[in-house]
Amino acid sequence: MSNTNYIGQSPKRVEDKRFTTGNGRYTDDIVLPNMTFAHFVRSPHAHAKIVSVDTSEALAMKGVVAIFTGQDMKKTGIVGVPAGWQVDFINGDRMKEPPHALLVWDKARHVGDGVAMVIAESRAAARDAAEAVVVEYDVLPAVVNAAKAVHDNAPLVHDDAPNNKAFDWTLGNPIGEVDAAIAACAHVTTLEFTNQRLSPNAMEPRCAIGNYDQYNEKYTLYTTSQNPHLTRLLMCAFVLGIPEHKVRVVAPDVGGGFGSKIFHYIEEAMVIWASKQINRPIKWTSTRTEAFLTDAHGRDHVTKAEMGFDKDGNVKALRVNTFANLGAYLSTFGPAVPTYLHGTLLQGLYTTPKINVKVTGVFTHTTAVDAYRGAGRPEATYLLERLMDKAALEMNRDPAALRFQNFIPPFDGVTQPGYVTQVALQYDSGNYGPVLERGLEMVGYENFRAEQAAARKKGKYLGIGFSTYIEACGIAPSAVVGALGARAGLYESAQVRVQPTGKVSVYSGSHSHGQGHETTFAQVVADKLGIPMSDIEIVHGDSEAVAFGMGTYGSRSLAVGGSAIVKSIEKVLEKGAKIAAFKLEAAVEDLEYANGKWTVKGTNKSIGFGDVALTAYVPHHYPAGLEPGLDFSSFYDPANFTYPFGCHIAIVEVDIETGKVKLNRFIAVDDVGNVINPMIVDGQIHGGLAQGIGQAMFEEVLYDDDGQLVNASYMDYTMPRADDLPMFETDRTVTPCPHNPLGVKGAGEAGCIGSTPAVVNAVMDALHPFGIKDLVMPMTPERVWRAIHG
Amino acid sequence: MIPSSFEYMRVSTVAEAIDALRHDTDAKVLAGGHSLIPAMKLRLSQPSKLIDISRIPALNFIRDRGKYIAIGAATTHGTIATHKTTVQKLPLLAHAASMIGDVQVRNMGTIGGSIAHADPAADWPAVLLAAGATIVVEGSTGVKKIPASEFFVDFFTTQLGEGELITEIHVPEPTVGTYRQAYAKFVQPASRFAIVGCAIQFELKDGVISNAHVAYNGVLACAFRDAAVESSLNGQPLTEATIENAASKAGAGSNILSDNFASAPYRAHLTKIYTKRALQSCLA
Repeated sequence: MSNTNYIGQSPKRVEDKRFTTGNGRYTDDIVLPNMTFAHFVRSPHAHAKIVSVDTSEALAMKGVVAIFTGQDMKKTGIVGVPAGWQVDFINGDRMKEPPHALLVWDKARHVGDGVAMVIAESRAAARDAAEAVVVEYDVLPAVVNAAKAVHDNAPLVHDDAPNNKAFDWTLGNPIGEVDAAIAACAHVTTLEFTNQRLSPNAMEPRCAIGNYDQYNEKYTLYTTSQNPHLTRLLMCAFVLGIPEHKVRVVAPDVGGGFGSKIFHYIEEAMVIWASKQINRPIKWTSTRTEAFLTDAHGRDHVTKAEMGFDKDGNVKALRVNTFANLGAYLSTFGPAVPTYLHGTLLQGLYTTPKINVKVTGVFTHTTAVDAYRGAGRPEATYLLERLMDKAALEMNRDPAALRFQNFIPPFDGVTQPGYVTQVALQYDSGNYGPVLERGLEMVGYENFRAEQAAARKKGKYLGIGFSTYIEACGIAPSAVVGALGARAGLYESAQVRVQPTGKVSVYSGSHSHGQGHETTFAQVVADKLGIPMSDIEIVHGDSEAVAFGMGTYGSRSLAVGGSAIVKSIEKVLEKGAKIAAFKLEAAVEDLEYANGKWTVKGTNKSIGFGDVALTAYVPHHYPAGLEPGLDFSSFYDPANFTYPFGCHIAIVEVDIETGKVKLNRFIAVDDVGNVINPMIVDGQIHGGLAQGIGQAMFEEVLYDDDGQLVNASYMDYTMPRADDLPMFETDRTVTPCPHNPLGVKGAGEAGCIGSTPAVVNAVMDALHPFGIKDLVMPMTPERVWRAIHG
Repeated sequence: MIPSSFEYMRVSTVAEAIDALRHDTDAKVLAGGHSLIPAMKLRLSQPSKLIDISRIPALNFIRDRGKYIAIGAATTHGTIATHKTTVQKLPLLAHAASMIGDVQVRNMGTIGGSIAHADPAADWPAVLLAAGATIVVEGSTGVKKIPASEFFVDFFTTQLGEGELITEIHVPEPTVGTYRQAYAKFVQPASRFAIVGCAIQFELKDGVISNAHVAYNGVLACAFRDAAVESSLNGQPLTEATIENAASKAGAGSNILSDNFASAPYRAHLTKIYTKRALQSCLA
């Protein structure tokens, strides 16, 4: 590799020096002078009237600075935190969007709802005083299941949302056409299931520091956010009504988010608001229990899905009806996840001509549900891929062959148009056969069925499961999402500032919280500018440093944020060429740029990037009419989503005496478009696989009928661990994205989107001799054992 | 972690620890802290004082005293898993210790702490029952030796009295060659504590089983030996048929625990399966 040819290489991650030595700087590491500490009094009940809140004893305790209650917040007129996406009812009625108060004063609507904020000189004093706040509750019946919450007699979460419906929504072909197509099918495969609720479990719990500077009338919020600018916009414009230019939001090192740190949370608004009241900085750090109770959860769909086939096994129709649990309040992207990130993916990789999906968004007395790694797309993939394997078993077809038969034919999106789906998307480029072919080759499918039969004779129950998925990421064209109800644009910004010495500072609106942007983005810049990576600094996460940003989620950072960087680099090189041409006394058209220098074609006359940068800032001898400086900003709004796809194959062994499932092998062949850093992409895939497999085998947020979250600890909520997983066998095909300058599609969520149904399909394949056709996730030992033993 | 406030004192002798306990009945003994600290974090436990015994040299040892091996109460699981004496002379204990938690837990958690806490799912109680261990307890009134079979009483409840400290665990050395031992467990996937653990020790002379100890953890409120399973083994040859018969007797009790990971019927079933698996591992 030449020293500036960085794209496609796997340099070690720049950020790991500080992370692996414990020297990252997270929000909780920040200590401000005169800082106070907050602890929230939270409802222990899922649904209760707040009769009274008595803070007198707590206020008298040592070290207590202030206590704010729901009644205090009611007096401010602050309505609460809004949703960031509006999905109206099919009949045109507006989405029900009951306010999510910063502290509730009338009713608590889920366990963990904020009732009061106690501020003290130390964390311990705040917590001690919080225990002394006496709240009298009138406990009311609760409902936690979305399908039950729509019943007429179900307790209401919000009085103005009848049947607990926030919206209902449909997409695809008219239901009459789909009903007719299904009725005409030779075979219909049906699945009724719950895609269970998950807790996101970022390693770093949420944390927020609010600091009001009375002399400059400025606020600073340090927060664990995936998108500090979006948080600033929401908090300033829609929650607190404070001037945006007087608010700085900083998201320093952030230890994982998986979606849960996209959203603007009440604690962020409270520390900012209260810091002005007490004129001191306030830090709030979530405990792990609070993280389980208040970080937005993921999934939680109750779905019926039917897939119809003709006698030859061609998919002819798909009908899906989902009740999506939104929790007690609409979180930032809550309404978008089960609709535009779920319904739109139901074409999958197949040529299904008729598709209809209906989704009912439902309030329950539970923690809000929002985007969690994959966000809607895992739910769509799960139902499609479970249907495919189940249909293959029912029709006595090979599940791989059934998929090959139904794949959309290849298209590159350049010479051939993108594929227009029945559910509102146009896929960018795709070549789906090769990922499954490669997967079959890696797994040794030819021999597997014989091995499986031989193993069964010895009492060993092996199973194989497939998942061939597509997802839509690189979120998103602003005009498209705006038309679909988004209240924000989804472009990205980047500034490339060349310093006088030729060193480069890049200011990105993307936010790295584990993804390795400081490495990948630097590789892109180094490669395009032909300079060493060590000459490049990536700056992100500070609204005062970065012009604007939409942040990191939806596998968008490289496809959107990286493209914005490329646009700014192009501007740098365009201006640099003018300066170089002047210095070299040549025409711009006669120059070529390579390896960090402009050369007059066919000569050895050249000028380096550093010399041009210095000239731009010391413009003594300089082109007339050209501005000094070498510093460009760009906003990049993508033309389309990007559509990674792939094939995941699981092989499991079920211990039929105990019901325990062991994942023996996992093969993942993903196509994420062009790859900048293969090591980082592998890491993203591995992490995604672990979370997707976690859903299939281990994870589930459990509420009892009273709305208590009964497994809110790591003693009770099963996270996948390294020793639960085999060594992943991964490979890639490369189908470049035709509409962004890097040709990249996104890798952050693919592993999580594709893997879950592969594991469940494998378990079902293993259990086929017992006549078991479906089990709800996760595949816990007792559940599997009960299925086997009736 | 934000526990309620407490005093902390580190003691360097057993006498100091017992004295401190006598003066503060709300005090708790801290050794590895792997049960106590999580409870304090959630404020389920709010001791007035922590008496840190982890650096008392007299509680941290493994010594061969001829008829038995003595293990100091503050010895970590990790030490028991790897110490030459336990590995060679008490392989059941070394093996069981190596299966507790993870490396970090084993490097902090102690055997005395575990049995004083008496979590029904903890490994040590069943293993010490199978091994025929004796718990040595010291208080202001002197030293008591309590057989493991009498020590565990109920959920998180033992014969350890107020103001008393576990100082040593005495484990008779099985005669190598004629004894067979095993510990097998089915773990709860989140906590990795046992849903069912089965610890077994028996003598095998001329192919015939005698002196069988079969003990369980995770199944009832506290670890216990199952006489029905033991009597089905004693006097029988070590064969698959004997194993099947013994396993069929297991898990017969009432009051079997039930939780989100394992209902009572499933736990009872696992008790049979893990009895079988533990015994089968003795066939080799």
